[in-house]
Amino acid sequence: MSMHAQFRRRYRLDETPVPFTLNGVAETGRRGDTVLTAILSVSGRLRQSEFTGEDRAGFCLIGACQDCYVRLANGGRVRACSTALEPGMAFITDLDAMAEAAHE
Amino acid sequence: MSRRLSVDVAIIGGGLVGSSAALAMRKAGLSVALVDKGYCGAQASGVNYGGVRRQGRPPEQLPLSQRAHRIWPQLKAMIGIDAEYVRSGHLKLARTEKDFAKLETYAETVRDYGLGLELVAGSGFAERFPWLSAKAVGASLCPEDGHANPRLVAPAFARAAERAGVTVLEQTPVREVTATGNGFAILAGDGVEIRCRQLVNSAGAWSDRFAAQFGEAVPLTRIYPSMVVTEPLPLRLPMSMGEQGGSFYGRQVARGNYVMGGGRGLPLGDPDYSRPSVTAASSVMQRAIALFPHLAHAQVIRFWSGTEAEMPDGNPVIGPSETTSGLFHAYGFCGAGFQTAPAVGEVLAELVTEGRSTTPIQAFSIGRFRKVAVETAASL
Amino acid sequence: MSEPLQPVIVGAGPAGIRATERLVRAGLRPIVLDEGQRAGGQIYRRPLIDDGRSYRSRYGSEAGKAQSLHQAFEALLPQIDYRPETLVWNISAPERGNQLDVLSSGVHRQIDFSQLILCTGATDRVLPFSGWTTPGVYTLGASQTTLKAQGCTVGDRVVFMGSGPLLYLVAWQYMKAGARVEAVLDTAPFTSKRHLLSLAVHAPRIVALGLFYGLQLQLAGVKIRYAVRPQAVLGKSQVEGLRFRRRALTGDLVETIRCDALAYGFALRPETQLADLAGCRFRFDERDRTWLPERDAFGRTSRRDVYVAGDGSGIAGADAAEISGELAAAALLQDIGHEAADATRLVATREAILRQRDILERAFPFPDDWFETVPDETTLCRCEEITIAEGRRAIASGSITEINRLKALSRVGMGRCQGRMCSAAATELLSGACATSAGEVGRLRAQAPVKPIPLGFGTDVETEVRT
Repeated sequence: MSMHAQFRRRYRLDETPVPFTLNGVAETGRRGDTVLTAILSVSGRLRQSEFTGEDRAGFCLIGACQDCYVRLANGGRVRACSTALEPGMAFITDLDAMAEAAHE
Repeated sequence: MSRRLSVDVAIIGGGLVGSSAALAMRKAGLSVALVDKGYCGAQASGVNYGGVRRQGRPPEQLPLSQRAHRIWPQLKAMIGIDAEYVRSGHLKLARTEKDFAKLETYAETVRDYGLGLELVAGSGFAERFPWLSAKAVGASLCPEDGHANPRLVAPAFARAAERAGVTVLEQTPVREVTATGNGFAILAGDGVEIRCRQLVNSAGAWSDRFAAQFGEAVPLTRIYPSMVVTEPLPLRLPMSMGEQGGSFYGRQVARGNYVMGGGRGLPLGDPDYSRPSVTAASSVMQRAIALFPHLAHAQVIRFWSGTEAEMPDGNPVIGPSETTSGLFHAYGFCGAGFQTAPAVGEVLAELVTEGRSTTPIQAFSIGRFRKVAVETAASL
Repeated sequence: MSEPLQPVIVGAGPAGIRATERLVRAGLRPIVLDEGQRAGGQIYRRPLIDDGRSYRSRYGSEAGKAQSLHQAFEALLPQIDYRPETLVWNISAPERGNQLDVLSSGVHRQIDFSQLILCTGATDRVLPFSGWTTPGVYTLGASQTTLKAQGCTVGDRVVFMGSGPLLYLVAWQYMKAGARVEAVLDTAPFTSKRHLLSLAVHAPRIVALGLFYGLQLQLAGVKIRYAVRPQAVLGKSQVEGLRFRRRALTGDLVETIRCDALAYGFALRPETQLADLAGCRFRFDERDRTWLPERDAFGRTSRRDVYVAGDGSGIAGADAAEISGELAAAALLQDIGHEAADATRLVATREAILRQRDILERAFPFPDDWFETVPDETTLCRCEEITIAEGRRAIASGSITEINRLKALSRVGMGRCQGRMCSAAATELLSGACATSAGEVGRLRAQAPVKPIPLGFGTDVETEVRT
């Protein structure tokens, strides 16, 4: 089943593009995006939960629910709703990709 | 709510000692009331690290510890849950040659108790424990030591005791206890009166108060753990960890959280309450990063503390009162009572039914503080 | 002479900004610590960069207030020590001095305060239902923040559900932004809206705006349903729709609506963890159905030198937050010997707003029968992924009557969010199981760190003391 972008941009459509990668694939956000906006504008999930492996895509979006931590390719993690997107950021949002990264 | 009870044994304090004693006594056919000022297992039994560890204990504790070692695998049958008990192994690290020498000496000292200690050092060390940074000189492994979830064990013992017929009275602080000549009379909570032939004082950090009432002042002080818990992380740390010459200890639970401690928390104005210390927690966190490089990006999601009782010689008080017939003490486990407690429960049951323990407990006699108590009284 | 003053304000929303302004006017130079990248709080949240929208377009009827608040704060900047993107994660207990543990850009600092004003705000109050963790389900506040601060909608075809004035406002804002609003599902019965009639006397503007949003939604053909209880989110890895039940004259009806996002909430819950760590005494508030730090009319707490303001001291909305921020600062100033001639007037204004909130609460009541229909396998705690069944089992097998005991034995509220998203639900579940009131089961004790902190943070500690 294909995953569609969760968010729909309504403003800042012509803002400067900001390149990032998602599970190794090149994507483009906009200047002024949070990490969460950038990812959910091209995808439908941010992470998979620890215990059931269910997809998650954030919930409160104001830094309270702690449900939007996104894994960076360098092993770090950021709370997506409160972190500004920076050019060149590399995100991993599915467990298979994470497992591969862990083997390296 | 007024209520009158007459039982063979009353137990003050529903920690792991009191709860397991209640169950053991009930199984021996006695009628038992278990009384706690709050909830069973909510103090030291519930807020400790959860180490089920024999390694590192002084030799005089090992017979008791070995007895407990045989009880832990039977929890499921005894209390209905395994309480996440695992025999993961306990690895005690030495950072220096000197510390490693101490581990060697300890292994030699306790050789006859059957802990199965294995000393690991030299070239094989890094390969054996790849999840550790290579800064340790060596370590002592106790393969059958492990850990369990402290929040679950004592409450499950209390509930099992209740199912077996023990009267469990929570939220029922003991207000007054007196010897009546042929037993004891207790006033507790909101109008609860208990008559009993025998009495167990297992009130943890609150035990000294009851002991003093029977003329047995003990030099009990309070200590407060300072614990740090990470978010759930991929399983990587297979053993419970400790250090020779350092205060860090840590384990990873089955759900992935790292539970780590070291140093002490701080009491609040009311010494029944405490907080983790930021200084202690920071040290724990820094040590964790040094030991486990894979935690570099981990997040800490909570701290915790609690109230534990400590005795000056590092050993608990276990055994009959020296002033009052029918009274038994069991407290002061110095932050290390979790593993031994279920055996202490059985020992207490033996004491009340047969008047003697099949496991040696002489080293824990309250009499060892008699001199101290007299001196303290004289200095007042 | 006493020690130099170093007042600290936590939070730069409506309450924090007005408190700051008042202190500066009296000649003080407060430290202002805020988690946000830009001041304004949540209701008047600003985008990371200017996106060409006017205040009118972004904040609607509240544009004037937003602009005035933002401008006020800009003007204060030269006279304050403002630290954005700064998390206050611990406060020392009263007997251990006046110290905050603060994390900013990965550096841990300890900051002394002479007085502290906590303006910690609120988050959406949520309850669990089948599928509430599915990607595409957000809080109402989340959906609004996304539009305001990021210029996005959380989906193309959105359903709004819950109880509270925000419900109709956000639905209308989404419609204006070009999203398709598939339905507005009010969990309160239509008859509860009769209370708005009495509100119209005291606050005609609020009622007029509410009617305007509702009418415009209806004119646009948006389905509006009352007395709704959700049954299940459709879709596994993303929201595909919602099945719900609603009470009608003819009996219960079950309907299904297709959508790609769902935003819901039941008014707000206060952020009180820092007040708790500060050792402030708490009381149970029947209207907010939660525990709040005890405060006097000004915002003084039971701890000397600690003040509370805004929604973090009781849900009353942004207008009341501005006044209570000013009041808390006035109280602080009074306590160090300043005059506050306007204090009585401010107290009266705040209390008038509180009375309006009482009526609003009746018009948008909390669904207190929620757990009668939520299936047992539903997730209760989204951090630890504990189900309602597991919560119920723990309650029954452990004879649990107190919420911290429930946490200890079931892990509910023990995860990353520290109960922010599940404590309302856990309270309802436990009080329901014990057949007591919500106030009887106690409150989750706050623990440091109040939000996650990096394990590696401790390597770099800077201490800032009063000099």
